[in-house]
Amino acid sequence: MKYTSKEKKTKSILTRNHTLNDLQDVITSADILRTLIRKNSVRVVDVRKEDEYKKEHIKTAVSIPLAKVLDNDSPERIVQLLEQTGISDKTPVVVYDDTFGALAARVAWTFQYVGHSNTSLLETTFAKWKSYGFETEKKVNVFPHAKHSLRVNNEIFANYNEVEKAKSEQNRILIDSRERLNFLSEHIPGATNLPYTMLGTADSILREPQEIKRFMENRGISTDDEVITYCGSVGTLSGLAYYALRMGGVKKIRLYSRSFKEWKKLGKPIEEFKDANYWDLSAE
Amino acid sequence: MKREVLNYTDKKHFSPKSNPRWGKEEETEIFGQNVKLFRKGKMSEDDFRRFRLQHGAYGSRLQQNYSMIRIKIPSGEITPDQLEKIASMSEAFSIGSAHVSTRQNIQLHWVQLEDVSEVMRGLVEVGLTTREACGNTVRNVMCSHFAGVCPDEEFDSTPYAKAIARFFLRNPVCQNLPRKFKINFQCCSNHGLVRIADIGLIPMKKDEANGFKIYLGGGLGAASFIGHQLEEFTPEDRLVSTCMAVVRLFDRLGNRENMARNRMRYLVNEMGWEKFQKLVIKERSNVEMTISLETLNRYKVDFEGPSIRQLSNGKKLPLINEKVDINSDPYKRWIHSNVVSQKQNGYFVVFVTLGAGDITSNQLRSLAKTIQSYSGEGCARNTANQNFAVRFVKGRDLPEFYNDLAKIGLANPGALTMSSAVGCSGTTSCNLAITNSHRLAKEIQSKFIELGLDTEDDLRDSTIKISGCPNSCGQHEIATIGFYGGASRIEGTMTPTYTMMFGGRDGEEGMLGRTVMRVPAKRVISTIIKIIEIYRQERSANESLTKWIGKLINGAVNDNGEIKNLDDIKKALMQTISLPSPDDDPESYMDYGNDIKFSAKTAKGECAA
Repeated sequence: MKYTSKEKKTKSILTRNHTLNDLQDVITSADILRTLIRKNSVRVVDVRKEDEYKKEHIKTAVSIPLAKVLDNDSPERIVQLLEQTGISDKTPVVVYDDTFGALAARVAWTFQYVGHSNTSLLETTFAKWKSYGFETEKKVNVFPHAKHSLRVNNEIFANYNEVEKAKSEQNRILIDSRERLNFLSEHIPGATNLPYTMLGTADSILREPQEIKRFMENRGISTDDEVITYCGSVGTLSGLAYYALRMGGVKKIRLYSRSFKEWKKLGKPIEEFKDANYWDLSAE
Repeated sequence: MKREVLNYTDKKHFSPKSNPRWGKEEETEIFGQNVKLFRKGKMSEDDFRRFRLQHGAYGSRLQQNYSMIRIKIPSGEITPDQLEKIASMSEAFSIGSAHVSTRQNIQLHWVQLEDVSEVMRGLVEVGLTTREACGNTVRNVMCSHFAGVCPDEEFDSTPYAKAIARFFLRNPVCQNLPRKFKINFQCCSNHGLVRIADIGLIPMKKDEANGFKIYLGGGLGAASFIGHQLEEFTPEDRLVSTCMAVVRLFDRLGNRENMARNRMRYLVNEMGWEKFQKLVIKERSNVEMTISLETLNRYKVDFEGPSIRQLSNGKKLPLINEKVDINSDPYKRWIHSNVVSQKQNGYFVVFVTLGAGDITSNQLRSLAKTIQSYSGEGCARNTANQNFAVRFVKGRDLPEFYNDLAKIGLANPGALTMSSAVGCSGTTSCNLAITNSHRLAKEIQSKFIELGLDTEDDLRDSTIKISGCPNSCGQHEIATIGFYGGASRIEGTMTPTYTMMFGGRDGEEGMLGRTVMRVPAKRVISTIIKIIEIYRQERSANESLTKWIGKLINGAVNDNGEIKNLDDIKKALMQTISLPSPDDDPESYMDYGNDIKFSAKTAKGECAA
């Protein structure tokens, strides 16, 4: 269902019952971002392709395309990108994309991984932002070089060793955030499927926290569990799941950013399900 | 959801469908709680399975952690907001496609057991339910998708079908029957499945009074039976008591021991029809004498619906009769095989072609908008042929309707022809399936459309229906050419095969097909094409394929021909069904959708649990 910008505004304010501090943790509503932009107290990061950015972007946004981040995601390099776009340790950062939040999530997670904790996701996509008639512009924004420290946060990162450990330890839960049919075909043994398609709605990249909490409870995931999320290749879908579960209250959560692609390449064991032709049910 | 306003000045004739409220929110909560109890080992597997099936969640093929959620669509009537909700539920929790079944259900497959309650919650919001969609209950009540628009009907049976569905839903009398129980309504003697249901009903009038012709004890399965007519005429005020009497008799006398033989048709067959018939009449008197007002109040016929009643002069639902061929304009080809006119002048029923009943979430959403814009009754019906029928569409809107469908890849022709093969879900999700009947049906459809067979008028009243095992969810026994899956050893190699049947049909004259021969899965398409070729050589004058096959099984074909009976056609097909050696062509020994050696894997069915 489409909302007009006015309805949307009301909805955001009424349903997202958070304080600004909470929101800085995971998600920023469109209304709050507009306020922050007006007060000139936020750095908005556009992770779409650079030519998309050049055509039009959210007012004051800088361009850090996902591809650029993935190209070389060494912590030093990421800090360099932050500094080049005028982001210092204290600058609040809000990231957006034009898919359904997964690309933004991967970039936001990377910022937090190198120590920029004050990063959150815009609740909506660029297309929606534009459809609500909110502020956009075409000019390429340049900000003075800033100084940013490097404090790698290993607590939110998982490599394949941690994934292997998760299989054997109780209270460690491995979440596969790919779509159902991909999960059925093959996955890391012991993983639980929480498809990214469950996480958002047509209006918001993430559902309400109480819904995410219910999905977790249904799956027996408690907020005290240690969770690792992974997806198919570079950690985008699982990046979104990372933020969804954080929103649901999980305290210890890591992203296996190299995901299933690396796992398979390393020849690690996989679980397959070949006894049904489920792909033939798809009308695609 | 707010209904868009139709542009027509005559829109005032139609009242929007109200939310039917079949679902109950508390049932979704209870389902979620019971999943947790089951996972913690506090509810036994048997108890949980019974509960799960009662609430419409069927176990998936060799994977009990996933469910197929069967959404009941009583009488097949479904509104745009319901379609949109199903789309978003499928996208979030299932596989991004939904599946239209052969009994007017819509199924969501491979839903994680933990998410079933979430899907139910969404469905309740739009008035839908999965309650008693599986298990030993009264299943979805079917109604002809032409009811209300068919020129040959005495009156619209839809309100009665919905009233009966509501009467039995959650009714204590049918919560634990010996086995599942199916009720089907037709509109006239042609359209519907009355002879293969536990109770089949055709509307009829006697001295201006509404009533029904009722058939009992039919059904398809490993052993199939055609239903018997109860009495000449059952007046509408005896509809509930008659149905109650039959359900109660079955509940009391049905076989609760032998799972393979506990459908009511076996009871009728073992007891003999005359005896069963007498018991029903007697039981009905008992019901009528003892039924409480409270029970009777559960039954309420609601005659809402389009008020347009410009009856034409009783013409048959005419297909739009312009001759087309494979080179015709796609729109004309589509009109020819997907659109029929209603008894209401100027209105048409548009059929939306699906592949074996599958439709993506995005397609569902767009279709919902199309229905909203063009259907005068503001809803659609899903049909036993696994597609959607959109009714009360104005002639002048047909080109726009077609364009809407073309944009989302749903404008394939052939919905009302042999090319739209029916296929159950088969090995894509069912525990009982031996073969991938689902994919085969889709392969047949794309091949037939490619060959332009949807344009051939002599084939159009024929049907192809496929089941992945002998249990008949694909309704193969009532097809002109039907197939059911099995496994055979050929050249020492286990091979997926289909048993082919000829000459089945639906409607009041419903007939079961006759077994012809076994065909390897990968030879089914070439076999059908060969049959068509033989038919074209052998038929007399312009007789249709259906007619020719009918004569063939009765040994009554043209004396001058080569093929006079089933044995002759078997011989003529031997070449077509033969396979090269497994070493030369291993693929011919595999099933569709597989690149590994075939093996017949099945697990216990759950219909009977």
